[in-house]
Amino acid sequence: MKLKKIMLCLLAGLFLSVPFAGCGSKSSENTLTVLDYGKYLDPEAIEMFEEETGITVDYEEYITPENMYTKYRAGAIDYDLICTSDYMIEKLIQEEEVLELDYGNIPLSENIDPVYFDFSKSFDPENKYTIPYFFGTVGILYNKDMVDESKVDSWKILWDEDYSGQIIMADSVRDSFMVALKILGYSLNTTDEAELKEAQDLLLKQKPLVYSYLVDEAQDEMISENAAMAVVYSGEAGYALEFNDKLAFSVPEEGSNMWIDSWFIPKSAKHKENAEKFLDFLCREDISMMNFDYVYYATPNKKTKASLDLELQENSTIFPPAEILNNCEVLKPLDDEVTMKINLLWKEVKAAD
Amino acid sequence: MCNLKRQLLAGPYLLWMAGFILLPVIMIFYYAFTTTSGHFTLLNISSIFASIHLKSLLLSLKLALICTGVCLLLSYPLAMILNGMKEKSQGFIVFIFILPMWMNFMLRILAWKLLLSNNGVINTLLEALGLPGLDILNTPSAVVFCMVYDFLPFMILPIYNAMSRIEDDILEAARDLGAGTVTIFFKIIVPLTMPGVVSGITMVFVPALTSFAISDLLGGGKVLLIGNVIEQAFMQEYNWNLGSGLSLVLMVFVIASMALMSAKGEEGGAGVW
Repeated sequence: MKLKKIMLCLLAGLFLSVPFAGCGSKSSENTLTVLDYGKYLDPEAIEMFEEETGITVDYEEYITPENMYTKYRAGAIDYDLICTSDYMIEKLIQEEEVLELDYGNIPLSENIDPVYFDFSKSFDPENKYTIPYFFGTVGILYNKDMVDESKVDSWKILWDEDYSGQIIMADSVRDSFMVALKILGYSLNTTDEAELKEAQDLLLKQKPLVYSYLVDEAQDEMISENAAMAVVYSGEAGYALEFNDKLAFSVPEEGSNMWIDSWFIPKSAKHKENAEKFLDFLCREDISMMNFDYVYYATPNKKTKASLDLELQENSTIFPPAEILNNCEVLKPLDDEVTMKINLLWKEVKAAD
Repeated sequence: MCNLKRQLLAGPYLLWMAGFILLPVIMIFYYAFTTTSGHFTLLNISSIFASIHLKSLLLSLKLALICTGVCLLLSYPLAMILNGMKEKSQGFIVFIFILPMWMNFMLRILAWKLLLSNNGVINTLLEALGLPGLDILNTPSAVVFCMVYDFLPFMILPIYNAMSRIEDDILEAARDLGAGTVTIFFKIIVPLTMPGVVSGITMVFVPALTSFAISDLLGGGKVLLIGNVIEQAFMQEYNWNLGSGLSLVLMVFVIASMALMSAKGEEGGAGVW
């Protein structure tokens, strides 16, 4: 009996010591751990960076900003560089989890159009934490053969019973509530309980008409014409348009969400210098072009944009025109209490019959 | 000395168990009974009575029961047919049943998603034949369908196993004593295959109750099972305490169903019928 206990203790000790030993040896190596959205960086660019600098890159992906937050907060991996969306960055800045960038080490950041640094001020007021990577809006991707095009200028078409069973809604709390709040004429950052409740009532009313709630797969469903319309990010719409001529994209007149995905260095970074080297590399014209081709979202890199075909530069699906952007709001983080409330309201929508 | 050596052999497994089973369970217990700030609370457990959580738990139970029932109805006659065949072809058919399991189950679910979609293979075929389309994707029916598809081998194999162990002598003896086919079925075959049925039910019911990947992919985000609620609490809401609390409740249901089944299994083995 005693022997068993001793053995167990030894085993437990062995078990606990292994991961620490692993961590200790790793931090001294010339590496870089990057966390990014799925399909958001050309793998070839990473290989080029490794060849040019001799730094080994550990590249990890996630699906939604909330997933990213969980991964980062779980603390199992010390990330050196993270790309995520506006409101989530603001939340992390508020929690003092973000390190200031040394722009002197990132000289190529001047390739980024200052306009987008101005937009970034909504979550990074002094422009000291982030570098914009891609941006866009949220709108309706629709099939011209299945939908009456005179109606797509309003979010209300998503509540039209003629399209019952052919509507794909966003499977993400903030995006879905954004649509409902915009129809009601409220701010998408409202914390007013009555307004949120009203938005929920609207979403509950919509549920019987919804074909499915999706995020990344929405574009595939639209390309294969399984649904008539879907709420998607502008970049995804641009991608889908390439594959099916019948598709078109519209940002409704009630206004929408403008999002900016940016890079920041979190407090957990063990290789800040390498992270800044990588940021500089990402701003380089050729690399930024590779990533634009790979991701097909609007790039804030003015040199890259200037070298595109004129037709592509004027493509309003990928590069939202100023009048649309001015009608959009950037998402703000909600405090814990409101986050819990809106999560519950959303769960009730998802659980409804 | 010999004893010690034998104990050492269990070492790798003990290590595995301590690290990947015991430790996580302890952590779940810890999170389940604390708030985000680390104070003791029962709220995470009692939140199962919140209407949405209760609803998703009941839906999970309902779908798992339907799935188990359908699996049983399909498997039992199949196992009987299988058992009646020549030995060589039996091996081949069993091989065919196991064949799909060579492929990752997520891939198989994704395949079904493509097959069942509005413009998928099945609907295109039905349309070509002039039949009405099959409109079950993104509904609970699709979820149950795929659960049955995925878990069916876990029901067939134990039942077939139990059935193939019944000696022909016993059946012959029964026939000699004047028992008809129906009597033989209910008095001999059913009781003797009961342990197989019971283990089949457990092996189908438990994964069906706790699954979340199938409802996620084939439910179109509209079928919220308790597994999805837990997954969301962990991944989307960053509320590990709530997720752990609900996991504990689910664990109670799993353990209860297994206990019930193993009690039944022992009864069956003792030949009460």
